[in-house]
Amino acid sequence: MKEGFRQSMAWLHTWAGLVFGWLLLAIFLTGTLAYFKDEISHWMQPEVPSRSVSNETSLILAQSYLQQHAQGASRWFINLPDAREPGLSVMWQFPGKPGERGAFTQKLLDPATGAELQARDTRGGEFFYRFHFQLQMPHPWGRWLSTAAAMLMFVALISGIITHKKIFKDFFTFRPRKGQRSWLDGHNAVGVLVLPFHLMITYSSLVIFMSMVMPASILATYGNDTRAYFNEVFPASKTAPAAGKPAHLVQLEPLLEQAREQWPGGRVGRITVNNPGDANASVNVMRHGGDQVVRDFGNVVTFDGVSGKLLQVSPPQSTALAINGSFYGLHMGLFAGPLLRWLYFICGLAATAMIGTGLVIWLGKRQLKHAKSGVTPFELRLVEVLNIASMSGLVLAVAAFFWANRLLPVSLAERADWEVNSFFIVWGLSLLHAALRRGRKAWVEQLGLAALMLASVPLLDALTMPDVLDGFLVHGDWVRAGFDLTCLAAGLFLAWGAWKMSRPVAQPAVAARSRRAALETEVN
Amino acid sequence: MKSKVATNPSSYRLAVTSRVLAAVFGGYLLAALSSVCMTLLLPMPRADAVVSGMMTSFLFYLVAVLWCFACRTAWQAWLGLLLPALGLAAISAWAHGMNLS
Repeated sequence: MKEGFRQSMAWLHTWAGLVFGWLLLAIFLTGTLAYFKDEISHWMQPEVPSRSVSNETSLILAQSYLQQHAQGASRWFINLPDAREPGLSVMWQFPGKPGERGAFTQKLLDPATGAELQARDTRGGEFFYRFHFQLQMPHPWGRWLSTAAAMLMFVALISGIITHKKIFKDFFTFRPRKGQRSWLDGHNAVGVLVLPFHLMITYSSLVIFMSMVMPASILATYGNDTRAYFNEVFPASKTAPAAGKPAHLVQLEPLLEQAREQWPGGRVGRITVNNPGDANASVNVMRHGGDQVVRDFGNVVTFDGVSGKLLQVSPPQSTALAINGSFYGLHMGLFAGPLLRWLYFICGLAATAMIGTGLVIWLGKRQLKHAKSGVTPFELRLVEVLNIASMSGLVLAVAAFFWANRLLPVSLAERADWEVNSFFIVWGLSLLHAALRRGRKAWVEQLGLAALMLASVPLLDALTMPDVLDGFLVHGDWVRAGFDLTCLAAGLFLAWGAWKMSRPVAQPAVAARSRRAALETEVN
Repeated sequence: MKSKVATNPSSYRLAVTSRVLAAVFGGYLLAALSSVCMTLLLPMPRADAVVSGMMTSFLFYLVAVLWCFACRTAWQAWLGLLLPALGLAAISAWAHGMNLS
């Protein structure tokens, strides 16, 4: 590493990007889809009607449901429906044995009638959201691995910026149809264009899991009493134990108005009832997470669960906690309205494209060297197979997940698991297919199939859910229509990609030599 | 560097491995110590100080990793991490003693 600072940073960028590139690509694509996780869930559970019902009505229904069905529970959780999440979700927890957490039960109710919704069993958009940081691994390994990947991404970003010093001059040079040069120009363009997004999303992902991955200062300050740290950072978690004397629970819905008075213009997100039916019952009303950019987990108004008296309003966050909360809020983007949410989605796609083009460049540059001999060394073939499976294979798996949602019978046992299984089975098959077929053919076939499957999602929706036209023409269900149209657009884009890939590349023999020489000095 | 890949001797591979280990583990050590040091020195309520220390630690990690690959030799990479780490540990121990007294 004697070649100087920029060269060594280029080396670091190249190899850090390669080693974690495939994993990062999957994390970024599923994370991007997670910006629309409620909308995806809505499409995947079309039985849940989208109705606008006042919070008060929903809460009355939730309370009467829980009083009938959750006798003896130690805690109730009520998530009120909003514009993005149409279902009224209730959950309760029974007291566990000492030292154990009690079991949770969750039900989805119709917010207008309070009846249990018989919606198909699915993970919905939650699957992409969970996968993007848990990677379908047992706790806490997936979170550790994804945070390590985020650190590598941070290193690759900063070393990439150092390598690419002529950021603004190069930004305006895009040379299309120049093979390797175009890929590099594209990589630089999507990198620079949304650089603030890349930096924000990467650093905030480190901050979100920092108390798990970087706990030294917690241990140094709190010793073994780490619970005290979490109680100070998330003050809402303190609850009085049950008194053992039965008492009638207060009517919940008048508390909403009292809570909203504390937050001008704010919405209520979730209500928890501790020890319902006990003399020591308490009610926590939490603010909707999308009300502010800065996420405040302790934004809670607490009431006495028997008299309904207001007990406590959480104090405003300190500056340090507000900075922490703003990293969280910016990453999750819960505050974003439709337009900003689309911008988040596009930025996420740009980040995915940046990683993908980087992987293509790494391979293309090395393949050039072996173009004459026609023999591909094993490691290059391995990178090629992983590139294909991580890009076109992943898109194919996403499409399979949506198809499974409509094709698996509603009554199938462990149906939600089978949807997830079909995602991984198709992803695994794409890896196998990429290993068996030659590079370009594998790309074309996988992209073509993914294009076909995604572009026909609107047709699938119309055939399996016959009310589809009724859905958005009569009830104005634009979320479902939007999902169908987005899949169609994605399918057309992939079809274009497959068509581009299927045409032989024009390799002007005269220019090849000089171009290769130029590439080796320019590309790293 | 990659131009050497075809003919790289095992000493080159060993040096790269050493740098990677320094970056991953040495860098983590430095970042963790930086968070402890900041937590103990910042004049804030303890929860705020802990959060501030943890939030900044990743910048230290980044600089440590860049250092490991920018310096001339693998030995320098280790030395450049362990000396500041010792310094941070000494400051933390001193600040811890001050907080107790």
